[in-house]
Amino acid sequence: MKANPRDVNSGTYYMDGDVAAGYGALAAGCRFIGGYPITPSTEAAETFARIAPKAGAVFIQMEDELGSIASIMGASWSGVKTMTITSGPGYSLMMEAIGLGAMIEAPFVILNIQRGGPSTGVPTKTGQADMMQARWGSHGDYEVIAIAPDSPQELFDYTIKAFNLAEKYRCPVMIMSDECVGHMSEKVVIPPAEEIEIEPRRFYNGPKEKYLPFKPDKDLVPKMVKAGDGYNLYITGLIHDERGYPIKNQIEKGKSQKLPTRRLVDKIRLNADKIIELAEEGMDDAEVVVVSYGISYRVAIRGIEIARGKGIKVGHLRLITVWPFPDKKINELASKVKAFVVPEINYGQVVFEVERCSHGQANVVLVPHGGAGVHDPDDIAEAIEYAAKEKKKIRKVIEWKTRLEKFVFEGGYKLNK
Amino acid sequence: MGTLKKAEKDIHPMDDLLRMDRIPHIWCPGCGIGTAVTAFAAGLAKAEIDLKKTCIVSGIGCTGRVAGYVKLDSFHTTHGRGIAFATGIQVANPDLKVIVFSGDGDLISIGGNHFIHAARRNVNMLVICINNFIYAMTGGQVAPTTPLATYATTSPFGCVEPPFNIPYLADSSGAVYVARWTALHVRRLTNSIAEALKKPGFSVIEVISPCAMYYSRINRLGDGLDMMKFYHDNTEIRHGEDTKNLDIGFQTKITVGKFVDRERPTYMDSYNKWLSGTKKD
Repeated sequence: MKANPRDVNSGTYYMDGDVAAGYGALAAGCRFIGGYPITPSTEAAETFARIAPKAGAVFIQMEDELGSIASIMGASWSGVKTMTITSGPGYSLMMEAIGLGAMIEAPFVILNIQRGGPSTGVPTKTGQADMMQARWGSHGDYEVIAIAPDSPQELFDYTIKAFNLAEKYRCPVMIMSDECVGHMSEKVVIPPAEEIEIEPRRFYNGPKEKYLPFKPDKDLVPKMVKAGDGYNLYITGLIHDERGYPIKNQIEKGKSQKLPTRRLVDKIRLNADKIIELAEEGMDDAEVVVVSYGISYRVAIRGIEIARGKGIKVGHLRLITVWPFPDKKINELASKVKAFVVPEINYGQVVFEVERCSHGQANVVLVPHGGAGVHDPDDIAEAIEYAAKEKKKIRKVIEWKTRLEKFVFEGGYKLNK
Repeated sequence: MGTLKKAEKDIHPMDDLLRMDRIPHIWCPGCGIGTAVTAFAAGLAKAEIDLKKTCIVSGIGCTGRVAGYVKLDSFHTTHGRGIAFATGIQVANPDLKVIVFSGDGDLISIGGNHFIHAARRNVNMLVICINNFIYAMTGGQVAPTTPLATYATTSPFGCVEPPFNIPYLADSSGAVYVARWTALHVRRLTNSIAEALKKPGFSVIEVISPCAMYYSRINRLGDGLDMMKFYHDNTEIRHGEDTKNLDIGFQTKITVGKFVDRERPTYMDSYNKWLSGTKKD
């Protein structure tokens, strides 16, 4: 299905990433955003609030992030495409509801413009330390999709893709961007509506009496109806059967063994190959592979250039989709290369996934960053150089001591014995 | 009415409005929630609104289970977020009438912020708040409605905090319709629900309800029937009473009635008015 011309402000612009995400949401057909102001994501909400009414969409500034995410789930079951916009502290507040979203299979998008540090942290500076929270933040078993754009143009393009994935797989989809990309101004081309592919909602159109809200299609994703269609839906966060009815008693009585959480994880895990989008460059003869995402990808490009200047064979794997994680790809590469270098703006999150998937076949080097800025490309280049030279197999994640770490912490704290 | 014809065929007149395949329900003997649900179903029938365009949302708790027994589009959400979820449903599709049916802990404690802000915005919804003065689902803990000096499992020496006066809170936050009844006032409660269902804007009906299992047991007040007798002897109907005067103490007189019934533009009215100005340019 093509985008509605009413929703697409085609043209060539110079805008920041947050603004581009606001335009992207409308172009994707978003009809409802419930949000709460939080730096550094506010421009996205402001943009949507400004452009939404003319397209018949609504922005409502809720009383808090708990209300924002609950409202978009309600709107989602009202039959419209929805999103909320936030950053670290607000994202933390949304965690409980993300579990509800996964459970009731409401399609929705969360845009997280990450900031540095825990708690209030560094509200106006960047970070990539919510990556594991995106994956595991709510309690219980569930799967999500998370993508990491690296430029304002991508914040436009991948916001549309996030909506498409949410509608297709009916799960929470996170756009895990960061302050650096959100506040970076670059050229953004918004194409004409007929060039934008959007995924319509998977509405059910069979006989009314046969509809079961949680009966999956072949790809394990059920079809949806909306409130007000006369289906007498029963949507609950309790473990439920295909009718939506709670089944705790049936499980106890041995009448049902099927826990729907199995399907909630399998619908993403078994479709992972279709969901995952990666970009790779210079992989053919690579000895070392840099695995990066978001803004760190762009910084790593320069680091790789420096390392190549020294004659090192380096490949670059970019995780556009971070969750579900590309297990197969990393495992396959691990058998061919000497080492992975993972620069990320945290003290180790995605790097442990790389280590898990390499199963001890290749060394894994973390280039950490405490937040509030991006890496020095020289650090990445030096880490690559080290990884290429290291002959021993080191059975843990090797933390590269960056200039900043050495300068600030003199190479790290030591325990007083 | 259609329901009467079915009654003649020995089908219960509320079969159309309740999910009979989910009965028996989980509520204890002597609980007032079932009575309130009966009044709600009767109110729905009486209001003669389009049930296809009516949704019910609940949070968590004993009353949170109501959504699962009513045959409407039902949403059983997370603790405290019923009103926010309902705001999304209503704003995304203003044709829908949304009822939030939940308990005092869910709506006034963990969901208190959504309660006051939805009232301020005047989102078109009816909030039915069952007030049993206690957290019952979790075993009788103290609530923001527990009267002063009342015992609960987490106030073993008596509640030291003054409780919320729900009608006053709703009134001062901007609700357009505020009433309070008890589980004993079934006919008046039914009429009130039918009336509020037709009222555009944020309406609140508080239903004082016995919790025989925890509130009454911990405070040695007898069973559900004893509580009903207490309501019978100690409630006073005073329509239009100033909501300031509606505090409830431990076993004190309870004032019931319809206290607020006024007109204010709803959230969508204001939004569309503003929107029509935007569309011109």
